[in-house]
Amino acid sequence: MADFEPKIVAFVCNWCTYAGADLTGTSRIKYATNVRIIRFPCTGRIDYMLLLKAFDEGADGIIVSGCHPNDCHYTSGNFHARRRWIMFRELCDFVGIDINRVLFSWVSAAEGSKWADVVNTTVTRIRELGPYTEYQKVAKHPIREVTNG
Amino acid sequence: MSKIGVFVCHCGENISATVDCAKVAETAAGYDGVVYSIDYKYMCSDPGQSLIKSAIIEKGLTGVVVASCSPRMHEPTFRKACAEAGLNPYMCEMANLREHCSWVHEKGDATTEKAIDLVRILVEKVKKNHSLNAIKVPVTKTALVIGGGIAGIQASLDIANSGHKVILIERDPSIGGHMSQLSETFPTLDCSQCILTPRMVEVAQHENITLYTYAELESLEGFVGNFKAKIRRKSKSLDEKICTGCGQCTTKCPVKKIPSEFNEGLGKRTAIYVPFPQAVPNKPVIDRVNCTYYIKGKCKVCEIVCPTKAIRFDQEDTIVEAEVGAIVVATGFTVKQPDFFPEYGFGKYPDVITGLQFERLASASGPTLGEIRRPSDGKVPEKIVFIACAGSRDPAKGIPYCSKICCMYIAKHAMLYQHKVHGGKSYVFYMDIRAGGKMYEEFVRRAIEDDGVNYIRGRVSRIYEKNGKLIVKGADTLLGAMPVDIDADMVVLATAGIANEGSEELAQKLHTSYDSYHFFSEAHPKLKPVETNTAGIFLAGACQSPKDIPESVAMASGAAVKVACLFSQDELTREPLIAVVNRQAAPVFSSCVGCFLCVSACPYQAIEKEEIKNRTGEVIKTIAKVNPGLCQGCGTCVAFCRTKSIDIQGYTHEEMYSEVMALLNEY
Ligand SMILES: Cc1cc2nc3c(=O)[nH]c(=O)nc-3n(C[C@H](O)[C@H](O)[C@H](O)COP(=O)(O)OP(=O)(O)OC[C@H]3O[C@@H](n4cnc5c(N)ncnc54)[C@H](O)[C@@H]3O)c2cc1C
Ligand code: SF4
Ligand code: SF4
Repeated sequence: MADFEPKIVAFVCNWCTYAGADLTGTSRIKYATNVRIIRFPCTGRIDYMLLLKAFDEGADGIIVSGCHPNDCHYTSGNFHARRRWIMFRELCDFVGIDINRVLFSWVSAAEGSKWADVVNTTVTRIRELGPYTEYQKVAKHPIREVTNG
Repeated sequence: MSKIGVFVCHCGENISATVDCAKVAETAAGYDGVVYSIDYKYMCSDPGQSLIKSAIIEKGLTGVVVASCSPRMHEPTFRKACAEAGLNPYMCEMANLREHCSWVHEKGDATTEKAIDLVRILVEKVKKNHSLNAIKVPVTKTALVIGGGIAGIQASLDIANSGHKVILIERDPSIGGHMSQLSETFPTLDCSQCILTPRMVEVAQHENITLYTYAELESLEGFVGNFKAKIRRKSKSLDEKICTGCGQCTTKCPVKKIPSEFNEGLGKRTAIYVPFPQAVPNKPVIDRVNCTYYIKGKCKVCEIVCPTKAIRFDQEDTIVEAEVGAIVVATGFTVKQPDFFPEYGFGKYPDVITGLQFERLASASGPTLGEIRRPSDGKVPEKIVFIACAGSRDPAKGIPYCSKICCMYIAKHAMLYQHKVHGGKSYVFYMDIRAGGKMYEEFVRRAIEDDGVNYIRGRVSRIYEKNGKLIVKGADTLLGAMPVDIDADMVVLATAGIANEGSEELAQKLHTSYDSYHFFSEAHPKLKPVETNTAGIFLAGACQSPKDIPESVAMASGAAVKVACLFSQDELTREPLIAVVNRQAAPVFSSCVGCFLCVSACPYQAIEKEEIKNRTGEVIKTIAKVNPGLCQGCGTCVAFCRTKSIDIQGYTHEEMYSEVMALLNEY
C-alpha cells in the first residue's frame, strides 16, 4: 500500500475555494499533487450525483468546498449545498458508500493555507483507507455516454 | 466534429520550472478532437495571442483550451482574443496550470501528470460547450429613491445632477428624516437645519426630481433596468396645486393637542398640520385619525378658512405607476421606544427621555425654543445623567450590536447641556467610548476636558423616583465596581438604533434580503456595501445599519454613482452564464413538471411560472421560466430540479459530467 497514490477530485465554487486555491498558489504553499479541481459557479450548483459519477470513474476520495456560511457569493447557495449534503450523506451511509471518503469543507478566498491543509488531510486519510476497490467492484464499468439532463 | 486547439503556456518559468510543458502539449495533441497543440513562453503576450488567433483562423478551431494561469486572471484576455478571431468567446476555456499546479508542487512527473489531467478535463468540457451570446437588456433611465432622509436626499440630488430623472418617495408629509430633528451635529456643532434645509429645497426645485411625499411603495415588478413600481400616494385631503401654504388652516384647526411626531411627543400639533416650519413641501396634510370631521362628520373649519379652497375631504389615495431602471433604498432607521426599559422607568417618569427628545429640547425650533427644560414641570435640570448603550450591545435585549452613533451624540448632548445650563452638572454612564472618526475622539475629549462632563464607566441598574429626584443607581467599574448613586433631575437614554418597523415587508416587496436585525443586507460586507443581492437595487444610509450623517451621505453618493454607471449604457450587457428551462416541441413543451422546487431554491426570485396555452387560450401546462434579467447564475436551481429540466449555461450537466469523466480517465 506504500506507493498507493489516491485519486482525489475536488468540487469547488468559483468565488471562495477556487480563489482560495489560487491564493495557495500565489503564496507558493506546497501540497500533495493528488487533487484535481473542478470549478462550479457555486456549491449550490453541485449535483451530488456527480460525486457518485466520480467514484464510478475511479476516484478514491472527494472534496466538496465552498464559501463559509453567510459568505456565499449568491447569499444562500452554500446553505442549500450543506442541507443536501446532510441528506446525501445519510443516503450514502445507507447504501454502503464510505462517507469518510468525502470531505465537505469551507475554504474562503483568503484561506490559501487552509486549502493546502484540506488537500493534505484528505490525501492522508484516503491513503490510510486505501484504494476504493469496494466501490469499483460493484460499479459497472462506466458507461461512456453523456448523462444529459 | 470538434476541432480543439490547446495552448500551453510556460509563463516565463513560472510553469515550465516544474511542469514539462512540451510533454503536456504533446500529450494533448493525441486527444480525440484536438487538431492543434503547442507550448509557448508567454501566451498572454501579443505574439502569444496572435498564435491563438491565427490557429483559430487557419485550422478552423471550434474550441480553445489555454493552459496557463488562473482563469480568474486571464479568462477575459483569452476570450477576447478568440472573439477577435471569430470564435465565440464561450468556446474558450482555461486550465489552471500555474496557481493550481506548478506553484504548489515540486518539479517532477506527478506534477506534469497533473497538468496533463487538468488540460484533458478542459478539452472534454470545451467539446461540449455551446456558443453563447451576451445578454442585452434595455435600461429605463429613471431612478426611484425610497426615503427622503439625508441619504435619500443626497442620492436623489447626485443622480439628478448626473442628468437622470429621479422619483423620490417619502412616507411622511415632509422630507428631511431624522436629520431635520437634530439640534446641532457632531463633531462640528453646526446647526442641523441650517445645513439640511438648502438641500431639501434643492430637491423640491430640481427639474429632474419628482417628489412624492406622504407616499409609499405599493408593489414592484421587473428586474434591473426594467422595474415597474406602483406608488401609493396617500390622500393629503388637499389639492396641493392650489394650496399656497398660507397656514390659515393650521392656526384655526380646533384639534390642537395631538403629540407632535416631529417633536417626539414633547410638543403638540393640530389635525391639519405641517410637521415643522421648514418642511418641504410646506403644505399641510390632514391626519384623518385625529380630524374631527373624519371622526364625527362635522367641523370643516379648515375648509371654511382656506382662502384658495384647497381642502378636499373626499380625496382618495392614488396609485402612480412608474417605470424605473434602478432603485435606491434610503428608508433610514428608528430608535427603540418605551416599555423597553422598565428598569429605567422610561414611559413612567416623564423626565426620563430619549436622545431624540433631547435633540428637540436643545433645538432652537423645538418646543422649548432651545432651552433645556424638563418635560414634567419645565424646570431647568441642575443635574443630568446620560446613559449610553440603552439597549445596544445587550444580547439580553436582542440587540447585541453597537448602534455606533450614540457615543458621539451623548458627548454632543452633554456639551450642549453644559453650554446652555451654566453651573449644571452632567454625568455620562458608558461601557466604552467609541469615537472612531475624523475629529471624533477630540470631540469627546473636549466634552470631558473643556466642558467638564463627568464620564463614569459602568452600567446603570435602575432608576427610581425619590423626593422629586430621579435616583440613578450605577456602578463605577474603574473604581472596582463602586456603587454610584446620582440624584438627577433628568435622564437621557441613548436608545438603540433599530430597523424601521415594516422594513422586512419593504424588503420582500423589493425581493432583497434583510439581516437578523431587519436592516437591509448589502451584497458583500466589504466589496459591495451599497449593492444588494438584487441587481439594480442599491442601499444608502441607516437602512443598512445605524450610521451617522457623513457615512450616510458617502453611502448615498456611492449608490448614486452605481445608478449613474447603470444609466450610462443604453443596454445592459450581462454574461450569459444563466439558467434556462428546456423547451421541446408540443405536446411535451418541456420536461419541466411544474413542481417549482426551483422557485423556492433561487436566492434571487428569478424563476417565474409560465403558462403554456393552446390556440383557444386554455392553459395546458405550467412550467418554470428563468428571468434572464434577475438570474445571477448560481446554479442552485439546477441541483434542485428533479427532472433535470433546468440547466445553467456555461456549467451544464453535459459539461460538468464530461469534466468528471475526463478527469480520471487515464490517471
Ligand atoms: C439622537 C440622535 C442624534 C444624532 N446626532 C447626530 C449628529 O450629531 N451627527 C451625525 O452625523 N449624525 C447624528 N445622528 C445620526 C443621523 O440621524 C443619521 O445618520 C441620519 O439620520 C441617517 O439618515 P438616513 O437618511 O439614512 O435615515 P433617516 O434620517 O432615518 O431618514 C429616512 C427617511 O425615510 C423615510 N421612510 C422610512 N420608511 C419609508 C418607506 N417605507 N417609504 C418611504 N419613506 C420611508 C422616513 O420617513 C425618513 O424620512 C443622530 C441620531 C440620533 C438618533
Ligand atoms: S424544479 Fe425543475 S421541474 Fe420543477 S419547476 Fe423547476 S424546472 Fe420545472
Ligand atoms: S441559476 Fe441561481 S439565480 Fe439563476 S435561476 Fe437558478 S437559482 Fe436563480
